[in-house]
Amino acid sequence: MVSAFSVVDAPARGPARRTTGGDLPPRLPPPGGDGDGPDREPDPRRPILDNARLATLFLIVAEVMLFAGLVSGFFVLRLGAPVWPPPLEPRLPVAATAVNTLVLLASSVAMLAARRALAERDLAALARRVGVTAALGALFLTVQGFEWVRLVRFGLTVSSGAYGSTFYTLIGAHALHVLVALLWVLLTLQLIVRGRFSPDRPGMMRACAMYWHFVVLLWPVLYVTVYLL
Amino acid sequence: MSAVSAAYVDTEHAEHHELGFLRTYVFSTDHKMIARQFLFLGLFMMILGGLLALVIRWQLAWPETAVPGLGWILTETEGILEPSTYNMAFTMHATIMIFFVVMPILAGAFGNFLIPLMIGARDMAFPFLNMLSFWVAALAGVLMLAGFFVPGGHAAAGWTSYAPLSSVTEYTGVNWGQNLWCISLFVLGISSMMGAINYITTVVNMRAPGMTLFRMPLVVWSLFITAILLLLALPVLTSGVAMLLFDRMLGTSWFRPSGGGEPLLWQHLFWYFGHPEVYILILPAMGIGSEILPVFARKPIFGYHAMAFSMIAIAFLSWIVYGHHMFVSGMNPTLGLSFMITTMIIAVPSAIKTFNWLGTLWGGRIRFTVPMLNALAFVSMFVIGGLSGIFMASTPVDIFIQDTYFIVAHIHYVVFGGSIFGAFAAIYYWFPKMFGRMTNPALGHLHFWPTFVFFNMTFFPMHILGVGGHMRRIYNPTQYEMLQPLQWWNVLITIGAIGLGLAQIPFVINFFWSLFAGRKAPVNPWNATTLEWSAPSPPPHLNWGPRLPTVHRGPYEYSVPGSSEDFLPQWEPSSAVPAGARRH
Repeated sequence: MVSAFSVVDAPARGPARRTTGGDLPPRLPPPGGDGDGPDREPDPRRPILDNARLATLFLIVAEVMLFAGLVSGFFVLRLGAPVWPPPLEPRLPVAATAVNTLVLLASSVAMLAARRALAERDLAALARRVGVTAALGALFLTVQGFEWVRLVRFGLTVSSGAYGSTFYTLIGAHALHVLVALLWVLLTLQLIVRGRFSPDRPGMMRACAMYWHFVVLLWPVLYVTVYLL
Repeated sequence: MSAVSAAYVDTEHAEHHELGFLRTYVFSTDHKMIARQFLFLGLFMMILGGLLALVIRWQLAWPETAVPGLGWILTETEGILEPSTYNMAFTMHATIMIFFVVMPILAGAFGNFLIPLMIGARDMAFPFLNMLSFWVAALAGVLMLAGFFVPGGHAAAGWTSYAPLSSVTEYTGVNWGQNLWCISLFVLGISSMMGAINYITTVVNMRAPGMTLFRMPLVVWSLFITAILLLLALPVLTSGVAMLLFDRMLGTSWFRPSGGGEPLLWQHLFWYFGHPEVYILILPAMGIGSEILPVFARKPIFGYHAMAFSMIAIAFLSWIVYGHHMFVSGMNPTLGLSFMITTMIIAVPSAIKTFNWLGTLWGGRIRFTVPMLNALAFVSMFVIGGLSGIFMASTPVDIFIQDTYFIVAHIHYVVFGGSIFGAFAAIYYWFPKMFGRMTNPALGHLHFWPTFVFFNMTFFPMHILGVGGHMRRIYNPTQYEMLQPLQWWNVLITIGAIGLGLAQIPFVINFFWSLFAGRKAPVNPWNATTLEWSAPSPPPHLNWGPRLPTVHRGPYEYSVPGSSEDFLPQWEPSSAVPAGARRH
């Protein structure tokens, strides 16, 4: 029978896998001492992504599906409406939010700079740049909050039809994600400042950066969808 | 335990020390304990969901008579079901069985138990997240059960909760029940996401040396693919449930036409999740079947690669068939035709799997043990469920039989006949590894045979009722003149359902008796080849001693010619294998 396992005791890994990152230094400490015995096959595994970043990647995939559901809901309502935005509803602050978009994008640039500091093992610069990221993120959220208060004063609420429903659900869902990402960034910052972060184990820091870039890059999509279209 | 390689184990595990009762049995981060917790959650909820089913059946067979034993709950009506209570019963039966029985048992319990043990990992990639995922699921369960005790009763808009029936309180008279239903599923979505991320990361990064992707047992493949489906499908339901909750509690207009909303949007979001969900329920059972059939036929699985790729194909196709749930929603007939064709295509990988199972059995030396019987029941019942699916997939036929008992028969052949028989097979098969004791075969037979007979007595006649025009979810079939000649089928089905319920008693006795007094299980009682059978029964914390197993071959090396034993375990080094046994 020709099958997957017709060759007993083939090399543990195919050549393609073996060359993947084969000449990189191992990111994880090698198996300790006499751990798995002398006859243990050499472990060629160099995970392309460590557990923390791999998990964050899948978290982002799930979040993309969540927002895909919300955005498609938005389009169903948007395309079903005879006039959009509905007459007599307040207009969204397109210009102010465009500036705010730049603020959020700048926070991502700061996070990229933080990654460079991490590569150079410059912990002081790392802390500074992560701090700037968090500050810009907080500024974005604050401006969003002010705009919401103004809109509510003008009479746009969650219960004022499809326009208010979609706006507050989509933008609120994003704001909530920025808030959670901000808390994660602050937690990372606190670890760095307290000296409980080692550049040798950058997994969680880099996972946090990945998630931050995700919430930032999600925003222009929502901005164009909700504010401009 | 300091010798355990850090490459495989979180630092958290590096020091091994005695944990207190709370950390061992309640807030455990050990994947095997979390698996047991999910199993008990699922079995407890199964009793509840089963009793709800019996209440529904009583009403359909003997409408508006007092349900025995229900008088002390429904004191006002002395045990007679009112229409609103009946709606609540079928809504919660489906919700509980799908979200709190099949998913926790198959994906939760067996996913947690099998993935690390079968790929040779000491635990999940994120043990703490794993614990969190169970307790968040338990919280979702509590929220769901709380709905029974709020004024107005529990959700009564069907498990599909179609808007506007579900989004407008006045239509069902249910307020907080429906809100709790939404909140519970929202919370459960978070739990599933945590679990799915953990499973995927573990399978990708934590495999033992030598465990290539195509040496993984098929049940690990199935759980891996299930996790990907969960990760992609659940967030879409979460978005829909959030909209529904906002419509109900904040006054948004997502599904409210008067505010510019679109009720049909709910169906799109729900079924975009709902169809992959069907495969989330059945794929682990397919993996379990693929695992148990070779062991008891003493033959390699027929077409390992075809089995893995057909599961991938099913997972992919499951995203483009969801419209077949909405054929009569007023969709463009051309679009309906496209969905009909994609649905027919998904039968192809399912048929590949079925024929491969038959090919595995062909010429095998079959041992009819209790797990094997359940696995065979899974295959045969899944075939019936799959074939009735073809009828539903065909739009001209579907227009006639949609929303009748035909679809009820179909879903039960797939989810009970497929998933639950798969779950029973898995419980009997892995019980020795999970709890370190063998189950009682006599009680196992006493459970299996009546279950199999009464299952068919309950669900097969539903096809006939459905073709006869018996609508699904009606309160009192005797009110319809056209259904009166069919009423004796309803009585027969209910007798079958009661038998099916009673048939579970030997299972409960067997489960708890074996748990405490069963024969001590040897390390490898079934002479199986996969890695979990190299660990002690039950495996200790971190699963293996200081040495992790190394994988030398594929998972189904049974009856290898020239070998002294009729099985070659994955962990056996090549020097232990006689030269003649090497196959090329």
